[in-house]
Amino acid sequence: MAEIQIKQVAKRFGSFTALHSIDLTIADREFMVLLGASGCGKTTLLRIIAGLETAGEGEVWIGGRRVDRLPPRQRGIAMVFQNYAVFPHLTVFENIAFGLRMKKMPQAEVERRVKRTAELMHIEQLLQRYSGQLSGGQRQRVAVARALAMEPDVILMDEPLSNLDALLRLEMRAELKGVLAESKTTAVYVTHDQVEAMSLADRIAVMHQGRIVQAAAPVEVYRNPAARFVGSFIGNPPMNFIPARRDGDGRWTVAGLTLSGPKIDRGEIEFAIRPEDVEPGETGLPATVRVVEPLGAHTLVTCDVNGGLFRAVLDSSAEVRVGDDLKLAPKTDRIRWFDPETTQAL
Amino acid sequence: MSAVAGEPMASARPDARGAGRLLFAATVLILVVWVLLPIWLLLVNALSSPAEVTSFPKRIWPSFDMGSLSFFYNFGGVGRALWNSVLVAGLTMILSIGVGAPAGYALSRFDFPGKETFRFLVLMTRAFPLPLLALPLAVMFIRTGLDDTVLGLALVHTTLALPFAVLITFSLFSGIPVELEEAAWTLGCTRAQAFGKVVLPLALPGIAASAVFAFTISWNEVFAAAVLTIENRTLTAFLLQNISTSPLHLRFAGGAALVVPALIFIFAVRKYLFAMWGIANR
Repeated sequence: MAEIQIKQVAKRFGSFTALHSIDLTIADREFMVLLGASGCGKTTLLRIIAGLETAGEGEVWIGGRRVDRLPPRQRGIAMVFQNYAVFPHLTVFENIAFGLRMKKMPQAEVERRVKRTAELMHIEQLLQRYSGQLSGGQRQRVAVARALAMEPDVILMDEPLSNLDALLRLEMRAELKGVLAESKTTAVYVTHDQVEAMSLADRIAVMHQGRIVQAAAPVEVYRNPAARFVGSFIGNPPMNFIPARRDGDGRWTVAGLTLSGPKIDRGEIEFAIRPEDVEPGETGLPATVRVVEPLGAHTLVTCDVNGGLFRAVLDSSAEVRVGDDLKLAPKTDRIRWFDPETTQAL
Repeated sequence: MSAVAGEPMASARPDARGAGRLLFAATVLILVVWVLLPIWLLLVNALSSPAEVTSFPKRIWPSFDMGSLSFFYNFGGVGRALWNSVLVAGLTMILSIGVGAPAGYALSRFDFPGKETFRFLVLMTRAFPLPLLALPLAVMFIRTGLDDTVLGLALVHTTLALPFAVLITFSLFSGIPVELEEAAWTLGCTRAQAFGKVVLPLALPGIAASAVFAFTISWNEVFAAAVLTIENRTLTAFLLQNISTSPLHLRFAGGAALVVPALIFIFAVRKYLFAMWGIANR
């Protein structure tokens, strides 16, 4: 039973503001991913929740208890570190048992919990080994098992998969999701990998320059970016943006194409569309094909639209050649509009 | 050393390169002989009978005659001086680690104003020549009653050993990822518990090495020992006082008794000393 509330948390390092007044509520048992590029403050926020960093301002509440003045050990959290932080002088068994022994748990209970979490993470055959005898993936499993054995209210993870190779990362990702869903703990997970974020999260908090730009379900973040940054950061390739000129009430001209849009009194706004949300047709955005990259299921087409770069993901059956002039028709329900001044969605 | 520095100027001409290689080999040979020859002479003579010591040519391999060493050991006052040396060095070891290790930890883990200045000042303590300090120190020790005591000398030796203790433990603690400590905190440890359960076990071999080094510094130190003690001489001060009036074979025996333990200690902890001085440990 642990809801996390972050109230107006700010953090400065010298003259650099790492976090600008963050407000975020993470529901009990929710899997929240903090997503952003390096330096956006996501790790700082996680470390403030953990108590490894003190917030300059604001409050942190976990499970209805104010914790921002408490040391990490009194916060009911467990953490998984990027470099695993498996104690090299202890066996895997003693690593997993470490926190339980600190709680002065009886030996029988320690053994029961170590055995259970080790089985959960498929490392029961490694219990007598030392960290130096383990591979990166195995160390990662030990680190997660050590956190889970604590049966914490909240589990915090700082880019736990980023040191693993691609295949292992995929495997661990699916496993983590299953294990954490079963453990019924609230999880906060920091990553810069949007695929990881999309696949794991109940909710993603997209961070940029020390602020949370949008906190919503993965599909919502993808489909309805709250700000231009979210659209350009999430999605591979990212959203396409084209300036739109006002052409009467609620009508906007985009690269010569007239579309209906928001009814606001502005000279120019921005039109945005995901690369997979256009189809070649009779009418649409006039595009000149520059690069064609067949990817199997889809074909990635890079073209010139309105003098700017435009990426379209087309069905691989579409016969497109470099130099072709296409008409790319946007799916009307997928069009998004942004205010170029505030960069917020309209 | 200048010859070594000149060597890597590998010229395109093969004979020049060959000459460079020869120079390099010669320099290595000279350096090796420089270090090993005195040790060899010391050992051969200490382990030979008194008659052999004065004879020439020397044998490559000593005759393992224990006469000189046993005579030296039974010489009046040697046993006591040896015991004093052990006491002073032991106390120096405890004091310099007791003070130096916390300082090293603080330097590696915390940012505080004046940190760089502090590191510099720690090294600067080695810049004052001991003879300059000896007289005022002696006067002060006499006033406070610390003169001619094991503790007084250990205090002086601690100031000599402390910079090394601080710097070795600093690099030692810096080599232990801070995440290990942080992980321990999240798993229920206080700062002190995390240090005791995680950092200390990992740092212990290095701390032991640093302690041995402090011991050796005190063991080898002769100047302060000679100035500040009269009755409670350490072995070095005792030898300095008596050796010039002793026969040659006893001097060698005394020298060996001093050098060999120090050599063994330094050899045992060389890995950590190299790490401190930034030389890759191969």
